[in-house]
Amino acid sequence: MRPVYMLAGGITKFAKVHPDKDFRLMVKEAFDAALGDLDGRLTPADIEGSVISYFSDHFTCQLKAGAMVQDFVGLCPKPHVRIEGGGATGGLCFQSAVQAVASGRFNVCAAMGFETMSTVETWKGNDFIALASDTHFDYPLGGFYTGYYAMMAVRHMHEFGTTEEQMARVAVKNYGNAVHNPFAQHRHPATLEEVMNSAMIAYPCRRMTTCVMSDGAAAVILASEEAARKFCANPIRVAGIGSGSDAMRMADRPHARVPLLPHESESDYRDLKYPGVHSFRAGRMAAMEAYRQAGITDPRQDIQAWELHDAYASAELQQYEDIGLCKYGESGRFIEEGHPTIHGSNPVNPSGGLLACGHPVGATGLMQMVFCFWQCQQTIARHFGDPFCQIQNVRRAAGYSHAGTGTYVTISILEKP
Amino acid sequence: MKLPEKTEGPWVTSFDPLTRQWTYTVTYNVSYAEDSPFFHALGHNKLLGSECQKCRYRYATPRTVCMYCGGPTDWFELPLEGRVHSWTTCHFSGEPYLSECPFHLGLIEFDRVDTLFMTRLVGIEQPRIGMPVRACFRRKKTWSVNDVYFVKKE
Repeated sequence: MRPVYMLAGGITKFAKVHPDKDFRLMVKEAFDAALGDLDGRLTPADIEGSVISYFSDHFTCQLKAGAMVQDFVGLCPKPHVRIEGGGATGGLCFQSAVQAVASGRFNVCAAMGFETMSTVETWKGNDFIALASDTHFDYPLGGFYTGYYAMMAVRHMHEFGTTEEQMARVAVKNYGNAVHNPFAQHRHPATLEEVMNSAMIAYPCRRMTTCVMSDGAAAVILASEEAARKFCANPIRVAGIGSGSDAMRMADRPHARVPLLPHESESDYRDLKYPGVHSFRAGRMAAMEAYRQAGITDPRQDIQAWELHDAYASAELQQYEDIGLCKYGESGRFIEEGHPTIHGSNPVNPSGGLLACGHPVGATGLMQMVFCFWQCQQTIARHFGDPFCQIQNVRRAAGYSHAGTGTYVTISILEKP
Repeated sequence: MKLPEKTEGPWVTSFDPLTRQWTYTVTYNVSYAEDSPFFHALGHNKLLGSECQKCRYRYATPRTVCMYCGGPTDWFELPLEGRVHSWTTCHFSGEPYLSECPFHLGLIEFDRVDTLFMTRLVGIEQPRIGMPVRACFRRKKTWSVNDVYFVKKE
């Protein structure tokens, strides 16, 4: 496999509804923003193929919407494929484009994603999303992903003593960061009290610890080393990609041993039954693969910025543990001690994450990689018009894209060359 | 020749940008296929799990093939009593279940069974992990997993 570089990224402003733009135009805006960042050096004619992601044909009311994007942005008759994998759709799209370049098939590949969730009311949107759970065994019980994640959170609280307040601290952190991110849907700071008093959706997930439905798009340009040199003054290398999976029905997941990261040992988890329903085994597997590729031996030291999949604040806590920012069971203390804050030892979601930015599913994983890219380039201040969210001295940044209570997870690591 | 004019059009929610309502409904014929015995058993007030005939892993759900060794499984009767492994109370949900809110979801653990079973917890004011529960079955079947639910074991 040959080295792959990210040359540019673009995002539309995520919003509850964009009635004036359909999905094709939203993607075109993100795509044009990415190309615009390359000062006209790269044109659609230089792009040899694309990967396009959106999660739900139900939301889009249109099958084969990827083909419509390909045609709208002017990439026909070049090769294109649509990728779908629940909440991880965007992350899978990014990795599929990386593979297309790494394999030598394309020298320049576009990865573009979108979701238009405003076509239906929130309760119908919840229903569509729940169709991504087992429709014979899980969906008929109440068809609600927040409920599934809530049961994971309740078990995490039981196993490790995690508290509602610790979850709320995640939300306060992310809303606070997003005040400085003009792409975010929710740009108001929140107090711990506000979050803790927001409406209960499914215990312990509250309105303000649960992400909202969004319309939005994101695009990424990836290329070989030679093409990167030709088209971009400041390319960032894709140092590693990893992914994992788990049983669709979380009831079916094992209660066995923890697969260890390089900086962990057996004695850390002697009595822990894993993953049960408290942890995301797919996230751990994705981390192991991505760290191996990128030569990461201690993620706490080797990766300076993370974009995690905080569709629920509880899930961000669970993910700290999966990726080894702290040991299993320590995520509550990890947030309390401030490590994942923007000025902490391991900043997580400096953009505001899904809670604040929104979660237009097919775009989300790509949005995360655009933020990681700007972190590595040190160009957050230029793109956000505000330097607050820029982590200083970023050598590596990583995005974690996540589907269906952990059925798919991707981790993609970017590194300054 | 002119097309006949229509007097009933779609509901327009916004004129510019023009936004119209579109209703699209589907009736599927969905087969439970190899999992059918599980749903038949609910009609006999029984819960079936799957036991791997090769490695003896015991699943609390229907699985025709073992996830770990690939061996064939056989049905076995799950105990009708277990404990709450985790739970939540849904105050909001997807459209078809909104009118049922609030309701409890639970994951049930059984003795000598390796995995869990997701279900509704009914008639329990405040569920807690470890709470002993027992299976109840609907008298009139819905031919869905909702034909079983769990209540507190007194």
